[in-house]
Formats: sequence, C-alpha cells, structure tokens
Amino acid sequence: MSGTGPREAVFPTRQALTNTKLRLKSAQNGHSLLAKKRDALTLRFRQILRKVDEAKRKMGRVLQLASFSLAEVTYATGANSIAYLVQEQAKTASFHFNLTGLGRGGQQILKSRDVYTKALETLVELASLQTAFMILDEVIRATNRRVNAIEHVVIPRLDNTVQYIVSELDEADREEFFRLKKVQGKKKRDAEAAEFVRKKLLGDTGEVQENSSAWLRRS
Amino acid sequence: MEALFFNADAGFLEGVVRGYKAGLLNQGNYNNLTQCETLEDFRMQLSATEYGNFLANEPLPISTTTISERATRLLVDQFNYLRNNAVAPLDKFLEYMTYAYMIDNVILIITGTLHERDTHELLERCHPLGVFETLPALCVATNVEELYHSVLVETPLAPYFRDALSAADLDDLHIEIIRNTLYKAYLEDFSSFCASLGSPTSEVMDLILSFEADRRTINITLNSFGTELSKDQRARLYPTIGRLFPAGNNVLAKADDLETVRQVCEGIPEYRNFFEVSRGHAAGVNGGGDFDDDDDDPESAVAAALEKRFFETEVHYNKLAFLQQFNYGVFFSYVKLKEQEIRSLTWIAECLAQQRRERINEFVSLW
Repeated sequence: MSGTGPREAVFPTRQALTNTKLRLKSAQNGHSLLAKKRDALTLRFRQILRKVDEAKRKMGRVLQLASFSLAEVTYATGANSIAYLVQEQAKTASFHFNLTGLGRGGQQILKSRDVYTKALETLVELASLQTAFMILDEVIRATNRRVNAIEHVVIPRLDNTVQYIVSELDEADREEFFRLKKVQGKKKRDAEAAEFVRKKLLGDTGEVQENSSAWLRRS
Repeated sequence: MEALFFNADAGFLEGVVRGYKAGLLNQGNYNNLTQCETLEDFRMQLSATEYGNFLANEPLPISTTTISERATRLLVDQFNYLRNNAVAPLDKFLEYMTYAYMIDNVILIITGTLHERDTHELLERCHPLGVFETLPALCVATNVEELYHSVLVETPLAPYFRDALSAADLDDLHIEIIRNTLYKAYLEDFSSFCASLGSPTSEVMDLILSFEADRRTINITLNSFGTELSKDQRARLYPTIGRLFPAGNNVLAKADDLETVRQVCEGIPEYRNFFEVSRGHAAGVNGGGDFDDDDDDPESAVAAALEKRFFETEVHYNKLAFLQQFNYGVFFSYVKLKEQEIRSLTWIAECLAQQRRERINEFVSLW
C-alpha cells in the first residue's frame, strides 16, 4: 500500500507525520468548502441562465414592438427619412429630439422613442446578464478544477504520504523491537556465561562441567 | 376660372387625373390585401390592380421600404407626366404642389450639410417629388452663410427663406422650427395663389388648405407641450389661414394642455367630433394593444388617435374635390390620396412583415 502512488518527499518521522496529517485535514476541509462553493455557484448559474432566457425572449418582443412603432412613425409622417433626420440631429447619445415631427407624427415619434428606450434598456440588461453568465462560467470552471485537483491529486498524495510514513515508522518500530530482543538475548547469554564462570570459580567443578556441557549442547 | 375655357387648357389632364383616380385601390382590394399571409401574396394581389407588376423585378425578400419607394416612383411618374403636359396656370399650380416636398428636401440637405454628410446619400433620401435641378448645388456649401445664400439663389423657396429667416437663424434655430416656419409661409403663399385662380379652384383648395393649416396648428400645439419650444415661438409657426385663424390660433398659442385644444376645436363644427370619436377609438386601439401599449396615458392615446382622424378627414376633403369639375384641386387631391394609399400599403406590408396582423386594419382606406 504505502509504496503505490505518488507521495511527498518527506522523511518518515513523527513530526512529518503530524504535519502531513494536519495538511490532509485542511485539504479535506478545503475540499468540502470548495464543493459547497461550487454548488452555490451552479445554483446561481442556473438562475442567471433562466434570466438570460427570459431576457432574450423579452428582447425579441420588445424589439418587434419597437420596429413596429417605427412603422407607425413612417405611416404618420409619410417620410422614410425620419430615422435619418433623427440620426443627423443627434450629436451625442441622447433622447432629445423633442421637436422632430412637430408638424405631424410627433406623438408617434415620441411613442417610438419610448419604446426604443425600453428596448435599449432590455438590451443593456441582457448584456449585463450575459457578462455575468460568462464570468460565472469561468469561475465555476476554475472552482471545479480546484475541487477535482484536491479530490484526485492532493488528497491521495497526502494519504499516501501518511501511509508511507506510518508504515516506515512501523517498520522502524519492529526493527527496534527485534534489536532490543536481540540485545536482551545477548545480555542474557552473557549473564549466564558470567554466572557459569563465577560458579566454576567458586568450586563445584563436576556440577559446573555438567551444566556447562548441557548449556553448550543446547546452544 | 371660366368653366368655358377650362377644357381647352386643362381638360385633357383633368381627364387623365380622373382616370388615375379610378385606379386607386378600393375597399375590395384592401380586403384582399389584408387577407394576405406573406409579402409574396401581397405582391400578387397588387399585381391584379393598377400597380401591375411594379414589384416584379425586385429580388426577394421584398422590404417594405422597397414597396413604398416603388409605389412613390409610380406616383412621381404620373405626376411628372401631368406636369410636362400642363400649361399656365396649371403648371404653376403643380409647381406649388412640389414646394412642400422641396421644403422637406432642403431641410434634409441643410441638416446633412451642416453635419458634413455624403452628398449622394443625402440626394438619395430626398423625396423625388421635391427634387429640382439645382438641389445638388446646395451640398456644395461649407458653412451656414454660404448655405443660406445658395438656398436663396438656387431654390424656388427663396421667398419663404428670405421672409422668414436670416442666415443666423439657420445656425441658431432648431431645424424643425425652420421647417415649420417655411411650411407656414408656403401654405399661406399657396393659399393666396389659389385664391388668385378664382372659383371653383379657390373654393376647393381653400377647404383642403384650411384643413391642412389647422391640422398643422393643432399638431404643433400638441407636440410642443413639454418641450423647450416657447409659446411665442409656437405662435409664430401657426399658418395665418384656416378655420382656427385668428381667434383659435390665439387661444392655442397660450394653450397648456389637451383640454384647451379640445375647447378650441369645439368652436369649429367640422372639428368638433375629433376628440370625442378619438376617445372611443383610442380605447379600441389600446384594448387590442400589446403589453407595452397599456401604460400609455390616455392623453397620448387620444392624440395618437387624433392623427388617424386627421388622415380620415384629409381623405374626406380630398375626395370632395373630385365632386366638382373644372378645378385644379383634383390634381392636388389625387396626389394626396395616392400618398395616403402608399402609406396604407406600406402599413399593410409592415404589418405582414412584422406579423402584427391584429393591427393591419388601422389604415385609412379611400373608398
């Protein structure tokens, strides 16, 4: 397990383990936060999508109405050049051509102006919605990338690292245990040997001989 | 004008114009046209009428502008034929008729030239009836002073300009005020010219021109509410002919709301029903209207319907002209009726093109 998959280049120490575990924890935290953000964004995205749809339909209606009101103006003034005249008189973008059609058709021109103003508002609204739509789309993509990156790269790597460190530490533990045992055994043997020598020195040689040969056979 | 000698000079042309008049679309034609589904059908229906195949060479899809342009072209051809065959004083009379369009064209050129627009584009947009030989010369002018002088020298409108405006006015005044000032001078001049022709031309034309003058007066009054046009300036734009002159004009000059205009019109029997009928009519229009029509205040609805009443009355008066013989009014009336017809055709075509069939019947049919 610990050897498979990428992991971070850390020394398998207890401190590294603590650090990595902390990082794993915060990565999971961040993941859940980002996932929440993504859901919220998607919700908003859907709302805007619905609004865009509405605005587009409305724009269709309003523009139709507007061009129809222009037809009314043409009917009332009987001149095709009315749009041209209005365009010519406009020095800056404004709604002030109050006196156009003074002689005839002024009411229709005013009405047409109002309708076109409305159409313009709808267009602006639609444009802002579209922009929001684009930006939101971008943000959602970025968030998705992050969520996926955390989920599929960062967290497994940290996981692997933790497992690696744990297994290394376990390995080290076992080694240590075995070494200790070995040391203990050696110490015990040394102690017995020393005991044997001491007893021999004390006297009872035959007994010692027997003990000694038995011990030798055993080992 | 002696009926005895009328036919010697103008009999042929009167015959021609009455023939033209017989070619105007009638209610049956309009019924057929309003039943059309597409502009294709529309063209086919028209080909069965006096218009013939005037749209035959147009590439599909046909735009409503094209229809109106082609129809106007027909009218202009007819008018030019009349004009080429006319002798004095009918030629003068016909020339007077073109002055109205000249005013529009000159105003257009002035607007364009002041903003340094392309000359050819401007000339294309001019009304063909108001085109005269020296019209392109106006485009040469580079500043206001020059323009004023070339208008004085080059155009038949010089007297109107000279009397009504100075060079400085072209710069200072709003272009619409200039237009209406000129139109006022034109109407007065035309009216006095008609009076000099004697009865019955003067009688017939007096009726039509008086109405035209009153219509302008009322329109100017209504349209100037809430604008920067001062009452003083407004009073100067009123033509000094018509039934409303002088008492009605004086009241209108001080009018502040629709109610005053209504009261003034109460005084003239012919105009009395304008506002009453337009009210009921306005309700009808708004009932069938779309979501955006609903927020119209009743005043503007009344005023908009008033426009339609004006059209109907204009048609009515112009039709009356044909009831008399030996007068020049028929020429004027024919052109006006034909114009109304072109407007109606354009309206129907627009309704078809924009799929607003519910309002297709809001034109004024002639017969």
